[in-house]
Amino acid sequence: MASISLRKLRKSYGAATVIHDIDLEIRDKEFVVFVGPSGCGKSTTLRMIAGLAEVSDGELYIGEDLVNDVPSKDRDIAMVFQNYALYPHMTVYKNMAFGLALRKAKPDDVDRKVRDAAAILDIEHLLNRKPKALSGGQRQRVALGRAMVRNPEVFLLDEPLSNLDAKLRGTMRAEITKLHKRLDATFIYVTHDQIEAMTMADRIVVMKDGHILQVDTPQRLYDQPVNMFVAGFIGAPQMNMLPATIRRRETGFVAEFDGTELPLPATLDAARITPYLDREVVLGIRPEDFHEIAPPAVDPDHLAQLSGKVELSELMGAEMHLNMRLGGQDVIARVSPRYAVADDQQVDLVVDLSNLHLFDPETQESILYAPTPSGTQAAA
Amino acid sequence: MIDRHTTSSSALRVSGTEEEEPPVSSTNTNINVAVKQRARPLLSKKQRQRRSNLVAYSFIAPNFLGFVIFTLGPILFAFALAFMHWDGSNPIQFAGLDNFFALFHDSAFQAALWNTLIYTAFSVPLTLAAALGVAVLLNEKIIGRNFFRTAMFFPYVASLVAVAVVWNMLFNPAMGPVNMLLYTAGVDPQSLPGWAADSSWAMVTVIFFGVWKDLGYFMVIYLAGLQGINGDLYEAADLDGASSWQKFWHITVPQLAPTTFFVSVMLTIQSFKVFDQIFMITQGGPGTSTLVLVYHIYNEAFISWDLGYASMVAMVLFLIVLAVTVVQFRFTRED
Repeated sequence: MASISLRKLRKSYGAATVIHDIDLEIRDKEFVVFVGPSGCGKSTTLRMIAGLAEVSDGELYIGEDLVNDVPSKDRDIAMVFQNYALYPHMTVYKNMAFGLALRKAKPDDVDRKVRDAAAILDIEHLLNRKPKALSGGQRQRVALGRAMVRNPEVFLLDEPLSNLDAKLRGTMRAEITKLHKRLDATFIYVTHDQIEAMTMADRIVVMKDGHILQVDTPQRLYDQPVNMFVAGFIGAPQMNMLPATIRRRETGFVAEFDGTELPLPATLDAARITPYLDREVVLGIRPEDFHEIAPPAVDPDHLAQLSGKVELSELMGAEMHLNMRLGGQDVIARVSPRYAVADDQQVDLVVDLSNLHLFDPETQESILYAPTPSGTQAAA
Repeated sequence: MIDRHTTSSSALRVSGTEEEEPPVSSTNTNINVAVKQRARPLLSKKQRQRRSNLVAYSFIAPNFLGFVIFTLGPILFAFALAFMHWDGSNPIQFAGLDNFFALFHDSAFQAALWNTLIYTAFSVPLTLAAALGVAVLLNEKIIGRNFFRTAMFFPYVASLVAVAVVWNMLFNPAMGPVNMLLYTAGVDPQSLPGWAADSSWAMVTVIFFGVWKDLGYFMVIYLAGLQGINGDLYEAADLDGASSWQKFWHITVPQLAPTTFFVSVMLTIQSFKVFDQIFMITQGGPGTSTLVLVYHIYNEAFISWDLGYASMVAMVLFLIVLAVTVVQFRFTRED
């Protein structure tokens, strides 16, 4: 059993608190990704779990055991460092065997485990090389191998792919996901790359300034962000944030933006919207909810038309991003690459409002989606 | 006429680009005039090159001249002198291998050679281990770290004469605090060490002094080496389950290998050349118990005024240091 439980966990350096009493439940064999901008505290949290940073306050459980004061080596964890931290003077084999040898494992056992891990990672031909004779991707594999041989209950990975080139990153992403399935262990993975978070995680923990903002599955995080930061951080290009005013009409609520009334879907919780009647809110619309023609699958009641000027169109191959000026706001729309549009052209776009978001401009919290208590929601 | 002119001026352009010999001589004076006019910028390019070289040489010159006059010259002179007889005032006489054969009949030289080897064999590893140990300790975040670092470095920068006097007082066999302490600790007064005054303890004293004096300098070098080690390695070792001692052996020591190599080469060379502290503490005595090669050279050269023989001993010293250093380089290149 290797569930991990963070209860009111705090990290302070002198008077400066960098992690503010965070709570989180990580289930056994779960793949959890910590994501957030630089300095948000994700690595510090990981280092506390690893036992490399002291816990200032609160409780940290691995399985049933309170491990606040348990040294790293007794926590049954392994870690992959951002710069791999391979021992430069040892061969790949010795790098992988070092931890086992220190634990007085039998040489036969050590050899078998090292070779098994090397086979899985496809680095058998590198066993006699030293780290400096390896490429970045190979070093990454060795670092993974070193973590694997001890067969730990928990793997901690601290931005393991950030030093690799884009193509290799894609490949390794898939390999780490497969490895997780194969090893049947708990993975905690820290990254600032939202693509890694979205593609690999069972659940994502979004952090900012030492606080956990939201813990959810990738899909829910994308569909129901609880505040403007999460909404903006997940998804590329970013969600468009537009100032609007909520009005009540006979047909239901509308959001008035730049003289256009956008009907809010009737499926939204009226009780949540009512307090904001005739008040200014922030309307969040993802770039892919703009369309050049009305999408046939969407209820026509959820569609509205907005007109704006294209300032720059960026063809990405599979899609096109239109940087537009719309009602005095900068908006990015993601449309079909076949859409024939020229820069500086005035265009009418259809907005699909079924996935819209509303935020309180004061608190930046979502009006529609409340944060679920940390770690209690379903994983799948 | 015009035809010839153009041909040779194009030939000139070809030869000019290669910055070779002046262009083909010709019977035609007109062409020669053209050659001169065209060639001028090309030649001056060459001159410019020469001038910039001169500038470079002029920058090197002061240092180079100093090196030739004060280092290279005396070294070569000393090599030559090893095969001469010279007392410093009378004319130099060729001596062939006389000085070399004299080595074999000079018991003081043999004692000095032996003492130098003993001094090196003990002071190098002791200084190295002590410097490493102190550096590791003072690399930790302990209270008063900077004070201790300064204190350890102090003997190295302090005046040797002053610290030797203090040292002689501390280790005075009759009333020095060190022997007082040993006496209080229960050592029999009869068997208290005589330190510098005792022929069986003098070398120990000199070695201790050397270790104590050089420790700080090499500690600083080790500190720099320690700070160059990637901290992640220790964290990785923590997770691998290494104890402090295992981390020291499996990470610190191998990671410091280049530093250790540098320190050991410098220490070895320095130990073979030891002179000043022996001059200050024991003057090579009692008897020949702390007589080392450089001290012997000093005696032969400036006490006996046998400069030729002293140069021969110096050459032997040079060859030993060279051999040891070459072996050290070979040894580490195996890695």
